[in-house]
Parts: sequence; structure tokens; C-alpha cells
Amino acid sequence: MSKIIDELLYSESHEWVKVDGNIAIIGVSDFAQEEMGDITYVDVPAEGDSVTKGEDFGALESVKASSELYSPVSGEVVAVNEELEDKPELINEDPYGAWIIKVEMSDKAELEGLLSAAAYGEIAK
Amino acid sequence: MRYYDKLIFELSHPGRTGYSLPASRQYPFFAEKCSSGAAADSAGFATVLPNNLLRGTALDLPEVSEVDVARHYTNLSQMNFGVDTGFYPLGSCTMKYNPKINEEIANHPLFTGLHPLQPAETVKGAQEVIDGLDKALAAITGMKHFTFLPCAGAHGELTGLMLMREYHMARGDAARTKVIVPDSAHGTNPASAAVCGLEIVEVKSGADGLVDVESLKPLLGPDIAGIMMTNPNTLGLFERQIGEIAKLVHECGGLLYYDGANMNPLLGKVRPGDMGFDIMHLNLHKTFSTPHGGGGPGSGPVGVGERVLPYLDVPRTSGFHGNFGVMLRAYAYILMLGKQNVKMAGPLAVLGANYIKESLKDCYKLPIPTVCKHEFVFDGLIDDGAREGKAGATTLDVAKRLLDYGFHAPTIYFPLLFHQAIMIEPTETESLETLDEFIAVMRKIAAEAAEDPDILHGAPHNTPIGRPDETAAARNPILKA
Repeated sequence: MSKIIDELLYSESHEWVKVDGNIAIIGVSDFAQEEMGDITYVDVPAEGDSVTKGEDFGALESVKASSELYSPVSGEVVAVNEELEDKPELINEDPYGAWIIKVEMSDKAELEGLLSAAAYGEIAK
Repeated sequence: MRYYDKLIFELSHPGRTGYSLPASRQYPFFAEKCSSGAAADSAGFATVLPNNLLRGTALDLPEVSEVDVARHYTNLSQMNFGVDTGFYPLGSCTMKYNPKINEEIANHPLFTGLHPLQPAETVKGAQEVIDGLDKALAAITGMKHFTFLPCAGAHGELTGLMLMREYHMARGDAARTKVIVPDSAHGTNPASAAVCGLEIVEVKSGADGLVDVESLKPLLGPDIAGIMMTNPNTLGLFERQIGEIAKLVHECGGLLYYDGANMNPLLGKVRPGDMGFDIMHLNLHKTFSTPHGGGGPGSGPVGVGERVLPYLDVPRTSGFHGNFGVMLRAYAYILMLGKQNVKMAGPLAVLGANYIKESLKDCYKLPIPTVCKHEFVFDGLIDDGAREGKAGATTLDVAKRLLDYGFHAPTIYFPLLFHQAIMIEPTETESLETLDEFIAVMRKIAAEAAEDPDILHGAPHNTPIGRPDETAAARNPILKA
């Protein structure tokens, strides 16, 4: 049974979002990392890039597959977790600690379309 | 299997040779030129060659006897696994037996002696082979003509998509920048489209594993260059709605691309051209029996229908005429089978796949329980042996355990639709005895997993190399010695 954190929001494509004021901190769920297996590479955008809700902003590669990362919100990338470049395994070890990007949201109303922990729990099994 | 990993240089012993020739006759030309008439040693060469053409150091060649050489290469060859050594049910790869007559013909001196820069009028025979193969493939697929430049399947996809783009550009239809790819597609499809500068739009499969026409409709519009499809698809299922799909895509102004990786079950029975496809590639190395998968180069000829025919000569994606040796083998295969027998490959491949599927579906999860074509997909074990505090056996474990029993593993973790996918394609080559043996082993592995999954976790136990650490290799690749 994979772990789901109550305070976070989730997308159907298995990203999690932690809201901090106008900033959305984005990562992938425990379920996603379990399904992917050992992550070997994280492809991320650059700071200053813009991301659009529902469109891919990067990708995860594992021994099994490559999987796109879809942005749960729109806005501008204000930070990228550079630690993941050398240590992609952090996503396997601590998926809710290993955030991938931070986005300054252009439309906070988009958060309303995301899933609660309970609703995500129905998908992630 | 006995482990053997020596280099032939490690067998070298100073002065040991595999030949014996009279010294004066080793190099008659030099012997004549050398004033002394003595053996053409390096001093001898120096009398006839300028200094800048002479090596400064001795040539480092292994000094071995004939038996050393014979044993060395025989031992190395035994470290290999191929269709000549055993059953190789690698899904979507069509690892059928490669008849030896293909090799005999491809190795004929009249062909091996050809040079790609020879004047065209001196290679009429080779040209006749290419033309004959073009005609045969056109008849099999319902396309008008083929280009043989692409050297493998993905190369063919790229060539085909360049043709698709050329078709739209020539009509001044530059806004068509998107290609629709089903979620069950081979990974090369979206990759080729991306390399070609096209945007990828995914269309979902329905619960029956087929492209959902209702999901497709809203995607179609003036920005769609075309759709790439594999039929039967990677689940081994025939896309029964292909007629409707072709109509819809053509109506919106797009083209249909056929990924020929799964052409085998349709040979002589159903033609992509008749299904409405405009462009396609074939994998000669799969469907038409030439060595591949590390055993030889590929060939991915691209065929086109009426709409795209005027642009066939546009993309020059390789030099000369492509991999001629592969084309020669494929042509030999087609001519040896003949029109009647070509039609038997598909039904026998389909029979074999369904036989394995039905014989194992009580041990392995069968997500789509319908009649399949040449291949099918299981979604892991029904009882993986997982108990309180004990991890169950995964698809990877099953595949590794198969190696212990002397079979090549099937394709695993593809297609991505099923998380424990095992994709099995037996091909028409295999006898009932081989299929029964494989089924018995797969059942035995399922029983082992249910009883003690650790047997599978530790597999393979009988191969020279166990489990390479794929994760470490991917995270920290060593690309230079």
C-alpha cells in the first residue's frame, strides 16, 4: 500500500502539489515511484520556464520506462531541485520530500481541479 | 553453459602459428624486388616502400595455432543465445528461424563481390533483386512502391514521417504539425515523430485494448498530419475499427502510417494498403527472416500508396541502396515460400500464440481474454507468492527464471498499459513439442513462485552472469574505458 499525505493535493497523473502562498511545490507520489521502479534520471525544466496545467514539464526515467511529468498548475518555474540531477534515487527514497520544481502560479483557481488525498487514494491502487 | 571470456590475445604464444609457408614464397612480389631475394622481412619492405609508409613498431597480432582459433571462437559462440540455439519468444520482435538458404544466397560471390561504387550498368542483377523485392512487397502490402534506404524499423518510421511532412508541405498545408499515436504504440513511434519535429498527441485505448474511435474523433482537425498505428497492435489484437479510423483521418486531411513490426500474422491475408494506410515500413529482419537482435543489421523499407507516391524519392536517409544483404535474404525467403506458403506463416503464428495463451491463463493474469493474433500480453502471475512480510515474484523474476530453463525471456514491461506486462510471440517456426515444453516450464515457474518466490528472486542461477545491476548502470554509466 503506497503512502498518501493528507495535506497535499494530487493530479490524476500522480503528481503531488504542496501549496505555499502563491507557490506550488511539485513532486510525484509514492504510488508513482513504486510503479516506475528505480528512477535513473530526472529531466527537469530550467528556472524561468513557463509550465501549463496538463502539459508535460519534464520526465522521469527508470530501468523499466520513461514517463512524462505533467504540470498540475500553470505558471513560472522559480526553483528546480538540483539535487535530483546527481541523486535521482531521492524520489524513490522519499517521494514527498524530493520535490522536483517550484512554480509561481498564474491562476490559483486551477488548484480546485486537483484531487484530495482521499480522492487520489481511489486512483492510486 | 561453461563460462568463457578470454580475448584471443590472451591465448597468444610467441612464435606459434597456424600456417607454414616457404619463406621465399611468402611475398613473391617483394622477394623479386628485394636485391638479395631474401625473405621479405621488415628490412626487405624498407627497400621497396618509402619510410613514411613503414610501421615504427611490430604489428601486435595474436600468435596462435589453428586449434586455438577454432576453440576460441567456438567457445565464444556458445556464450550466445539465438534462434539457432533455442526458443526465443520475444514479443513484437518476430524471432522466427532464419533459413540457411538465405545465407547461402547472400554469401554467393556474385553478390559479395559487388562494390557500391560500381557503374550501374554492371550491377543489373542486384538491381533486379531490388526490383523483384519491391514488386513482392507491394503485392503483399497493397502499397505502390518501396524505398529500401532505411536500415531498420525506427529509421523507416522517420523516413515515413518525413514523407508525410513532405506531402503536406507540397500542398501548402504547413499547419499540420501533430501526429496521433495510440497509448499502446511501440515507443519508437512517438520518438520518431519527435525527431521529425512533430508534436505527439496520444489516443487512449478502450477496455478491449483497441483504439477508441470516440476518443479519436475530438483529436482530429486541421493541425493533424496523420496517425501512426500498429495492426495488430502491441497487445496482439487486430484493430477492427481500422476502416472507420482511416475514413475519419482522411476526412480531416491527415495520412495513416502503418508500423510494420506486427505484419507477420497478416502476410498474404490482409494488406495495410487495403486498410487505408498511406505509408508503412516493414521490418525485413523480423517478418522476412533475417538475423537480428544483435545477430545482424536490419532493413526497414518504406512503402507508399497513391497519395504519397510522388514524394517517395525525397528523403535520402542512407547512402547507396540500404542494407542490400538483408534485402537479398528477405527476397530469398519470399521466393522459397512462394505465394501459397507465405499465407501459412500468419495462421500458424496465430495458432501458436493462442495455444500458449489458453494453456497458461490459469497461472498468469490475462487482461484481455479474447482471441489474439501472433502475440499476447499477460499481466504478471495470478499467485505471485506474496505473503505477510514477503515480496511476491514480479514479471522480471519470471523472465530471469526462464533463463535457467534454457529459454530466452519474452518482452517484459511492455506495453506500458499493464504494469507487469509479459509479451509472448512464438512465431510460426516452433513445433508443438517446443510450445508444450515452454508451457510446462512457465507452469513450473508459476508453481515455484506460489510456493517460494525467493527461488525466482535469486534467478538466474545457471547462467554465467546473474543479474546485472541495471539501476547502477543507468545512474552511473561508464562510457569510456
